[in-house]
Amino acid sequence: MNLLQDLLEQPTGDPDGWDAYGDEQQERVGFFTDTSVCIGCKACEVACKEWNLIPEDGRVWTGESYDHTSQLDANTWRHVAFVEQRKPLIGDGNGDGSTGLRWLMESDVCKHCTHAACLDVCPTGSLFRTEFGTVVVQQDICNGCGYCVPACPFGVLDKRHLEATTDPPPAFLGRKEDGRVWKCTLCYDRLKGGHEPACAKACPTKSIQFGPLEELRERADARLAKLEAENWNGAQLYGRDPDDGVGGFGAFFLLLDEPEVYGLPPDPVVTTRDLPEMWTNMLAAAGTLLAGVAALTFLGRRG
Amino acid sequence: MREELHPLSDLNGKPPGTTSWSGSITEAGTEMRSYYGRPIVKEPTWTWEIPTYFFTGGVAGASAVLSSAARVSGNETLARRALYIGTVADLVSPALLISDLGRPERFHHMLRVVKVTSPMNLGSWILLVNGGATTTAAMLQLLGKWKPVRIAASIVAALAGPPLATYTGVLLADTAIPVWHEGRHELPWIFGASAAASAGAAASIFVPPRDAGPARRVAVAGVLAEGALMQAMELRLGKVGEVYHEGEAGKLSWAAKGLSLAGAALLAKRGRKSRASAVLGGALVCAGEVCLRWSVFKAGFQSARDPKYVVESQRGRVEQDGTKATTKPGDSPAPPSRGA
Repeated sequence: MNLLQDLLEQPTGDPDGWDAYGDEQQERVGFFTDTSVCIGCKACEVACKEWNLIPEDGRVWTGESYDHTSQLDANTWRHVAFVEQRKPLIGDGNGDGSTGLRWLMESDVCKHCTHAACLDVCPTGSLFRTEFGTVVVQQDICNGCGYCVPACPFGVLDKRHLEATTDPPPAFLGRKEDGRVWKCTLCYDRLKGGHEPACAKACPTKSIQFGPLEELRERADARLAKLEAENWNGAQLYGRDPDDGVGGFGAFFLLLDEPEVYGLPPDPVVTTRDLPEMWTNMLAAAGTLLAGVAALTFLGRRG
Repeated sequence: MREELHPLSDLNGKPPGTTSWSGSITEAGTEMRSYYGRPIVKEPTWTWEIPTYFFTGGVAGASAVLSSAARVSGNETLARRALYIGTVADLVSPALLISDLGRPERFHHMLRVVKVTSPMNLGSWILLVNGGATTTAAMLQLLGKWKPVRIAASIVAALAGPPLATYTGVLLADTAIPVWHEGRHELPWIFGASAAASAGAAASIFVPPRDAGPARRVAVAGVLAEGALMQAMELRLGKVGEVYHEGEAGKLSWAAKGLSLAGAALLAKRGRKSRASAVLGGALVCAGEVCLRWSVFKAGFQSARDPKYVVESQRGRVEQDGTKATTKPGDSPAPPSRGA
């Protein structure tokens, strides 16, 4: 199983396959989303939909604070979460015994994991690692198998069930549905042209910061130290550490409460991490099946 | 519940006292916290074709082994019928899989790479090899030609069969769905046992009892092994496994147990004497195995739907192993990153 182990080995830090770009490799870029300055304007959601020509997917009045997009999916690549809490923003409140209230807002996005489960499990090679270290779906390759959808520990990817706006399925299928999987590309086209992604460009408070990942991590550390000095409740970085279950996020966050409060998993892992063990296990099961059926055929009566 | 709400929540315009109030505010300090109870991981987009394929793929894989073993042991009738059963299953399987794709016309994109990190990719290759070999062997059997080629094809099919019957367990386990990923130790074994049961049962239906002894034994052993393995998996899963007792997955799980055990008992007791009993017993076991695959399939959807399974299993890990994705003030300074 050493060969398998080697093939699947996932050290933290560098994304697999990224160094294969050689001379074309670019600095790894990403987002630092600082929720402590988010004002919930949703300019990022709008800019993302406009730039990436994402079709309208219905208008739903959820009644869940100011959130009417609810989740990241095929047609929402930036999603602003709104959390109303009976808890003071800073320290123990106003100092007058009142508990205080706070309204948390967080612009969620694909994490562009260092070790991305979606990319690992994609059977067609449609999902790939770009020269910027980001993870992108090639729409001319994706055949809509949907394996990446349950593989993503953050529930980012989804199949588009709306009518195809580009590259429609051939008429003989009798289907109009797009049928492919879509997600944030970290504006791969804009990066190629030397521009920052649309959401970061549109963000009026610099809650969404775009840049080289290493620089963003330093900025985030400094910001966390400042919030700590100011005694903000629950301030923590999410996905900053390259030693976490997905090798660190390419798009990480400063949160003001535990991740699950924003609908994020507290300890996401790339499930392919367990694949060497799973393949070994499968081979044992397959061998047992072969031996078992053969034994039961030979031992015992014919009729 | 209502008096605990933020006064601003009245702006939401929902009538007081409706159950949807609970969870509309994420209260600090409550035991289980989530974002309005919304799922964290996505439910699969897979439809009815996938669990049906788990069954047909299992029949195809285990039938290939049963056919070759019967051939070597000199049971020609069983060898031929199991070969034909496997061929039908092998031809139905890719049709089901292609039908489930969002872009069926691009099914061949599955074969543009070979990728060990993708169970679906390797599975496509395994199905291609097993399907191709089984179909070749069956055609040559029907034509009565090229015996050496037929034997070679049968050997390839018998070797690719068990991986075909078991990789689907890895396929499900290699996802972020808690009940599937945490069941990764047992799922390939359960699917292998279920495949044996299905193939044995299918052969019991189509082979006269005087030649179907091995098929009945394989069916009964498969049912018993699968029952024990399911129990073992549920023990390991603990709370995450409770979806196997709830909703559709729960009903299907009971149906699977009832049907396959009844069928196995009938095959064991009367399968040798009465053709009718063999046919009925085989059909019951097959129905039970279809229910089993559906039960595992549906359990994954239920596990994805409720965020508590993701949060609780991961929180347990955080407490036990200290792994996490957050950096809080006071945490030991983050190690210098090795990449980026």
